[in-house]
Amino acid sequence: MSNVDSALILEKLKTQFGDAIHSPEEPYDLLTINCSREKIVPLLEFLHNDTVLAFNFLTDLCGVHYPHRAAPFEVVYHVHSFINNIRLRIKVAIAGDPPKVPTATSVYAAANWMERETYDFYGIIFEGHPNLKRILNVDEMTIFPMRKEYPLEDNTRKDKNDEMFGRDPKLILAGK
Amino acid sequence: MLTNNQHIKLGVQELEKETMTLNLGPTHPATHGVFQNIVEIDGERIVSGTSTIGYIHRAFEKIAEHRPFYQITPLTDRLNYCSSPINNMGWHLTVEKLLGIKTPKRVDYLRVIIMELARIADHLICNSILVVDTGAYTGFLYCMQLREKIYEIWEEVCGSRLTTNIGRVGGLERDFNDIAFQKLENFIKDFPPVMKDFENLVMRNRIFIERTVGAGPISAERAMNYGFTGPNLRATGVDYDVRAMNPYSSYEEFDFIVPVGTKGDTYDRFLVREEEMWQSFSIVKQAIQKLDQLADKTTYHADVPAYYLPPKDEVYNNMEALIYHFKIVMGEIDSPKGEVYHAVEGGNGELGFYLISDGGRAPYRLHFRRPCFIYYQAYPEMVTGSLISDAIVTLSSLNVIAGELDA
Amino acid sequence: MEVITSAEKKIITVDPPEGLVGTGFFATSLDKVVGLARKNSIWPLPFATSCCGIEFMATMASHYDFARFGAERVSFSPRQADLLMVMGTIAKKMGPILKQVYEQMAEPRWVIAVGACASSGGIFDTYSVLQGIDQIIPVDVYVPGCPPRPEQIIDGLMRIQDLVQNESRGRRNSPEYQALLKSYGIETVNS
Repeated sequence: MSNVDSALILEKLKTQFGDAIHSPEEPYDLLTINCSREKIVPLLEFLHNDTVLAFNFLTDLCGVHYPHRAAPFEVVYHVHSFINNIRLRIKVAIAGDPPKVPTATSVYAAANWMERETYDFYGIIFEGHPNLKRILNVDEMTIFPMRKEYPLEDNTRKDKNDEMFGRDPKLILAGK
Repeated sequence: MLTNNQHIKLGVQELEKETMTLNLGPTHPATHGVFQNIVEIDGERIVSGTSTIGYIHRAFEKIAEHRPFYQITPLTDRLNYCSSPINNMGWHLTVEKLLGIKTPKRVDYLRVIIMELARIADHLICNSILVVDTGAYTGFLYCMQLREKIYEIWEEVCGSRLTTNIGRVGGLERDFNDIAFQKLENFIKDFPPVMKDFENLVMRNRIFIERTVGAGPISAERAMNYGFTGPNLRATGVDYDVRAMNPYSSYEEFDFIVPVGTKGDTYDRFLVREEEMWQSFSIVKQAIQKLDQLADKTTYHADVPAYYLPPKDEVYNNMEALIYHFKIVMGEIDSPKGEVYHAVEGGNGELGFYLISDGGRAPYRLHFRRPCFIYYQAYPEMVTGSLISDAIVTLSSLNVIAGELDA
Repeated sequence: MEVITSAEKKIITVDPPEGLVGTGFFATSLDKVVGLARKNSIWPLPFATSCCGIEFMATMASHYDFARFGAERVSFSPRQADLLMVMGTIAKKMGPILKQVYEQMAEPRWVIAVGACASSGGIFDTYSVLQGIDQIIPVDVYVPGCPPRPEQIIDGLMRIQDLVQNESRGRRNSPEYQALLKSYGIETVNS
């Protein structure tokens, strides 16, 4: 077993990126760091190419929507080092409309579809992505369905009487 | 005899070939699942390919944000429906991690039995369909017979065959009864001869080898870059297995090898899955031994009345049990705030659950790391330059399950 | 159905329809003969999209043996199929494709919606899932279950067999049937 642990990772990242890395936490034994939008690709490159850390594997990439925050969107990366068997979670908070973040496809080929999925669900633009278009939903769709303001159910349906279910479609649309 | 000026003269551009666009899917029988591959072919050779997916997108993640923890278990069933119990237990393990529940040893072993049976069931489907795609139907009938036997065991444990919804947060819904153990014993007796028959039929079969060796290869480096996990990554020679790297449910106590291939082609993927079935079979046998050695013969769930659904007969006859049942089902129990990532080794690789809980009745966000979705994007690269027939067997051997792909 | 065991092999016969039996002849109506023949030689098109498709595989395999019902020949081409078996969730993205497959089938054609998703959208009451295939194509038999057991799928096929056997010969040209197709926006070719 190697001697790479959370403290070493943090120390290496602090010396390399300084303040771009902030508020580290360790919920449920998984080191979580926050990174600024500008530094995310250099950070992933560093993690991937560093011979000691060797985060060779992008496990997961997904978006989260926090409508009440100043930066309402967050992209969460889970990377994994097979050699050291350690995982790392990186969060990037994004403000702006439309929210934009640079693509990680140059580092991990796996990011391609995950970013497309995140775009499809949340409308987060991954700048520099080779083929950023909807992946799961139909191209004609105008909304980004995973944003909190959109309802789960199809609001064009006619077979259900909302009153019978004790709900008002207008209120659901307004997110109440 | 031809003289020089009698040769047929061709214009400069005339020998250039036209390529053809072929649409594989979304209802093409070779895709067995609904996804589309548009391939550009030059004769029989694939020049380029594009995959389109989303034909059974069911919005699992959006539904999960509206459902209490228990009601998410049926959703996980329908991810990789060839091995539902692994998904169910992966989800329960995630919730247990969030709530800090420690399960008794006996529960772990019972879960291991169910999950390893599920792995066998998953690989049986994949390998037998691969064999069907190379033109042999008999193997499919052998394998489905074994699957029926596994279904019978699950039916004893949870009452259902395919989408099992097996288990509870904290353990299982009911203990294995005597019939379940009896059926498990029968399975242990029946599995080796049938599997050997199947392997004798296929493994050294000239036709099968010609069709699969060298079809759809991928290097270990590309595979890792593409996020491959599970048998498909192991076929390239990387021994990554969540059960060995981050053991859950007491897997660290079991003795098993992680089979790897060398070339990452279809034949290697087939062999890795075959060997994994034998390993799973051995794990099941070890788990039964461990169960026999345990002093505890009756525990089948952790003692967490706040999260574990009370038994049905008490719900109907006891006020307190009814209240608990209602509270748990409706998600009125207290759940801590926090973020958890938990991964299990699913049939197709690392099945991860990224759960963000804000303490409410439903997850604030639940993301499924679906192995199929991530590795299927490498498919065009894997088949470019190969024959159409290779593309078909490559697709089968990747074991892309539409439910997991589109979520 | 009756099984006659000869010394060598088993011959499965079906009961003859109602008719007039005399010495050396048997008279019945054409409808009944056609119904009997069609009923026992259905070519299904398995339109399997998800979980129910795996149960259909189990139904096809030796344990449940779908071929007993004369449905041995699974047709993947809609043009040579009589019965469209829709098994699994149909998302809105898939809807137009399903409709196209149905339109490509020749008359007479029947449809089974296998499983809760195909019948009503099932547990997926979401923005992306079609709430039952009967919104885009007419359905003859619904099989409940999530997924249905193989016995249920077989039962669904037997209900279809009843429909096939008893269908009057003029039904497909009747104004009611034409109106039904028109209500789904499906063009018909008058034969």
